[in-house]
Amino acid sequence: MNSRTEERHVVPDSLYVWVWVALLSLTGITVSAKYTDLQHLAIFAALLIATAKAGLVVLYFMHVRFEKPIFAVMILVLLATYGIYIGLTFVDYANR
Amino acid sequence: MADAGAARTSAAGAGGAEGGAHAGGYDPMAAKMGMWLFLFTEVLLFGALFIVYGVYLHGFTWQFRQGSARLSIPVGAVNTAILLTSSLTMALAIAALRRARQVRALRLLFATVGCAGAFLAIKAFEWAGKFTHGVYPGAGFLLEQTKGEIIFFGLYFTMTGLHALHVLVGIPLILWGASRARTGAVNPERCVFLENAGLYWHLVDLVWIYLFPLFYLIS
Amino acid sequence: MDVAAGAAAPDYLRAGRGLASWLTTTDHKRIGILYLVAILVFFLFAVCLGLMIRLELFSPGEQFVGNQGYNRILTLHGITMIFLFIIPSVPAVFGNFFLPIQIGANDVSFPRLNLASWYFYIGGGLFALGSVILGGVDTGWTFYIPYSSDTADNVYLPILAAFILGWSSILTGLNFIVTVHRLRVASMPWFRMPLFVWALYATSWIQILATPVVGITLLLILLERLLGIGIFDPAKGGDPVLYQHLFWIYSHPAVYIMVLPAMGVVSEIVPVFCRKTIFGYNFIAISSLAIAGIGSLVWGHHMFTSGMADLERIVFSLLTFLVAIPSGVKVFNWLATMYKGSIRLGTPFLYALAFIFLFSVGGFTGLLQGALSTDIHIHDTSFIVAHFHYTMFGGGGVMFLGALHYWFPKMFGRMYHEGAALVAFTLFFVGFNCLYFPLFLAGLAGMPRRYADYLPEYLVYHRTSTVGSWIMVAGIALMIANLLRAFFKGRKAEQNPWGGATLEWTVPSPPPAHQFASPPVVTRGPYEYGREHASG
Repeated sequence: MNSRTEERHVVPDSLYVWVWVALLSLTGITVSAKYTDLQHLAIFAALLIATAKAGLVVLYFMHVRFEKPIFAVMILVLLATYGIYIGLTFVDYANR
Repeated sequence: MADAGAARTSAAGAGGAEGGAHAGGYDPMAAKMGMWLFLFTEVLLFGALFIVYGVYLHGFTWQFRQGSARLSIPVGAVNTAILLTSSLTMALAIAALRRARQVRALRLLFATVGCAGAFLAIKAFEWAGKFTHGVYPGAGFLLEQTKGEIIFFGLYFTMTGLHALHVLVGIPLILWGASRARTGAVNPERCVFLENAGLYWHLVDLVWIYLFPLFYLIS
Repeated sequence: MDVAAGAAAPDYLRAGRGLASWLTTTDHKRIGILYLVAILVFFLFAVCLGLMIRLELFSPGEQFVGNQGYNRILTLHGITMIFLFIIPSVPAVFGNFFLPIQIGANDVSFPRLNLASWYFYIGGGLFALGSVILGGVDTGWTFYIPYSSDTADNVYLPILAAFILGWSSILTGLNFIVTVHRLRVASMPWFRMPLFVWALYATSWIQILATPVVGITLLLILLERLLGIGIFDPAKGGDPVLYQHLFWIYSHPAVYIMVLPAMGVVSEIVPVFCRKTIFGYNFIAISSLAIAGIGSLVWGHHMFTSGMADLERIVFSLLTFLVAIPSGVKVFNWLATMYKGSIRLGTPFLYALAFIFLFSVGGFTGLLQGALSTDIHIHDTSFIVAHFHYTMFGGGGVMFLGALHYWFPKMFGRMYHEGAALVAFTLFFVGFNCLYFPLFLAGLAGMPRRYADYLPEYLVYHRTSTVGSWIMVAGIALMIANLLRAFFKGRKAEQNPWGGATLEWTVPSPPPAHQFASPPVVTRGPYEYGREHASG
């Protein structure tokens, strides 16, 4: 696992541009979905789209797809912990 | 400091475990890992605020919608597009630098800073508009509204304010990266400084990706 | 400078001269010493505050500080002991000093950041002390809303102090995680790391994942006071209980930040003084991670009487019992290590034994509070005070002192007087139990915590407790005197006075500025005795 030299993964610029196009399209979708009649689902739909966008940013712009797996593992630890914080807080607020 | 330099040269010859660079040596993996761990703390800093937001959205769903109706969707959407574009230019700048295309990298970095400035300008304009309408914490007008709206705008100013502060910090950080790229201190062989600045910048973008729908799109 | 670490190379203490060489050092060992000095100063300061609390409680009625003065002393005692002593104690001093050596590295991954953490620590400490000059704060160390947003006392300084100290803690944790991943020598796989390193690694993760939450929460108090944003203000729709959630999301895991490194030190001392390989190495290593993980699931047990949903209280009660399991795993493994070992009752080992006893008392009484129905009775009584002093001081604090006695010869190259250390330990241990145990009984009898006054029925508990505080402080004073004397004119310590097998015992005492000229080769586990030494 010797990696003192830089990771030399060359990503073509077009990939970044495509990710950007996808991000803008998802933004467009989430804004236009606002004007449709989704009621309560709207927030969940918006969060779902935001998470898709966040995934694109993390995987491509932040390069996690091309890094060593340890980075992904650490991110999962973060998400699991944050999930616990949210989950156990809402066990309270959903049952008050 | 002199011995740090000595350690750096000696590190080049030494073997090691996962990366094995001796302390003080250039180890981009370590720098990147450190940056990610720092970003984790940023995620949780905002994460705690998102929990607060979620709890009150649960309690004041309708009033949050009324509060959200006071925000301008086009302004928020334009700012989203600006930040996403700045993320693109940042990623392209690093890619350009890695291909040793210094001038292109610098141009892209300046474009990123330009986007950051535009974002802040729009944000300031937006906040100023709220202030003139008496919508800010402690304002008499806001205190006459429902409790949910008071909380909504308390959170709006706290969260977008903290986010704007991060954008503000990002500008000198990117400029510093640019100046190091110009002098060659950041070069295709040693560009982790710029990559870390990029990671920070993408995180700022990431936070906004959630802030935008939660504040502007729930009316 | 040549990195060769021969016998002729000056040790880290003499590698540079003058105050400036210390204040600008990036040597992890010197930074550890910087922390040691600062932490001891704050510790002794907070001990004096604790003594004042006990003196006020010597008799019923107002003695010499009065109610408001008592509240302020109590708050400062809490803030200093928690944020300035226990949280940084073992990781910042002994972690900084020994983590790199134990994994065969010459420094941490980010030496300058390491120094910056120390300056953050000092900055936070000065803010905390500054609040005294401005008249003190009476909120208690928990800064509970709504009182902390209403009180006339200046809470800005202590809150900023806690915020800055949080960043100091985060940066240390960040540094340790990267160091363990990147600078471990090639011949040391994960499951050959010393258990102290495992404990610090788990602790560092808690520092990263919990501290930011309290950081932003404290800032919200400031915003509440400055701007009236209303997030925790019921008059504006806010919920004070949400503050408690966010506060304890950090502050319960912080308990494990305090005690996990101490457990790591016990895991080092026990096998060395029993001349036996540690029993259940893998279980102890994994239980550190398990404690870190489960520790993030139980914060609600601080809030059983705060008005949470019933289901939430049941869930948190259940989860609280889970965290006893990995702690129990450790205790049983230490005891099994002692079984049939050839035990030498050295001072460090006595501290380890004291830890196991005191922490077990603290742990079992913790289960009483984890059970919903008993907690209603003992909540906010001095039972709680006794419990967390047994776990925190009897855990983290005692092992800070234990680690100091274990690694003192390595850090300073000198040996303390073992007889005096033994007397000091005995005084400390007897005084400790005499000080805190009566508070369990007083609490069960209904004595509320944080009160400057009490009814005559509680006199016997409080008197015993105050007398205990004098015995304990006498022990601490003798211990400090003994160590100071050893520092200046103790006899020279050998390289490996206890016969340990971890890497720090393969370098001279005190270690040279660059401890390893070439990466050491590890050929065996950290607790395998009897076989030939690892080649250096």
